[in-house]
Amino acid sequence: MSIGLGHFVAVSALLFSLGLFCLITRRNAVAILMGIELILNAALLNLAAFSRYLHGQPDGQIFAVFGIVLAAAEAVVALAIVLQLYRAFRTVDTAETTELKG
Amino acid sequence: MIPEPVRALLFYLCAGLALAGGCWVAFARNIVHSAFALLATFAGVAGLYAFLSADFLAVVQLMIYVGGVLVLILFALMLTSRIEEARVSNPTIGLVPGAVVLIAVSALLVYACVKEFGGTTDLPPGEPTTAGIGDALLSRYVLPFEVISVLLLAVLLGAVTIAGGRLRKPAPGGKPGKERP
Repeated sequence: MSIGLGHFVAVSALLFSLGLFCLITRRNAVAILMGIELILNAALLNLAAFSRYLHGQPDGQIFAVFGIVLAAAEAVVALAIVLQLYRAFRTVDTAETTELKG
Repeated sequence: MIPEPVRALLFYLCAGLALAGGCWVAFARNIVHSAFALLATFAGVAGLYAFLSADFLAVVQLMIYVGGVLVLILFALMLTSRIEEARVSNPTIGLVPGAVVLIAVSALLVYACVKEFGGTTDLPPGEPTTAGIGDALLSRYVLPFEVISVLLLAVLLGAVTIAGGRLRKPAPGGKPGKERP
């Protein structure tokens, strides 16, 4: 059976759903960040697949490179915030760090 | 030229690795297992990039995600979580709505993309695209390239400012010391 665009997009859709599940159900802030990484990977895989099968030019891959850089930057800042969260609350459970709710 | 069944087998291996890692990330009860399963996902996606003739992306994926982001996540994990107790380390909430969303979204998306893109056939292996990406980054995409380097500088400064301990003001006669959290 020949591998087409549909296969790649299906894999990416499943990865996105798993990331979304992770995002919804996890309470640890670092685990939520892992879910975000899954979602970003799914999106970048889509960019590369569409650029290969529908466009034929490497522009989609350039977008994916920019996306990878943005994902790395986002991870760095998010983990710095998680560290500060841990210093302030002694936990990174998002169900317990509810100071702003009053 | 790799024969067709071997190509299909390679694709299913990479996709299976990525999806199994993703499942383990989403369902593992110990958060350290989640973090290491993320390694399998990243490696599988890198294999899929190589399958798409995006060799540069595959290498970048391995270097930045596995070499950078994953190590960072593990560091944050070790610094913040009480990882020895599985129940403390990775608590979950709202499993039922999460499962409903998971099944609904994945079924809808997979149905839509198979219906829309299922007919496209396999392409022969393409040329390496690294040279094309380099050319385009320094001609058509030079402005985003420069902007993103400024962004990286800002992220560097911001991360140090947010995560770093503040230096205490030097007390009169005393030595300036690092504030202990």
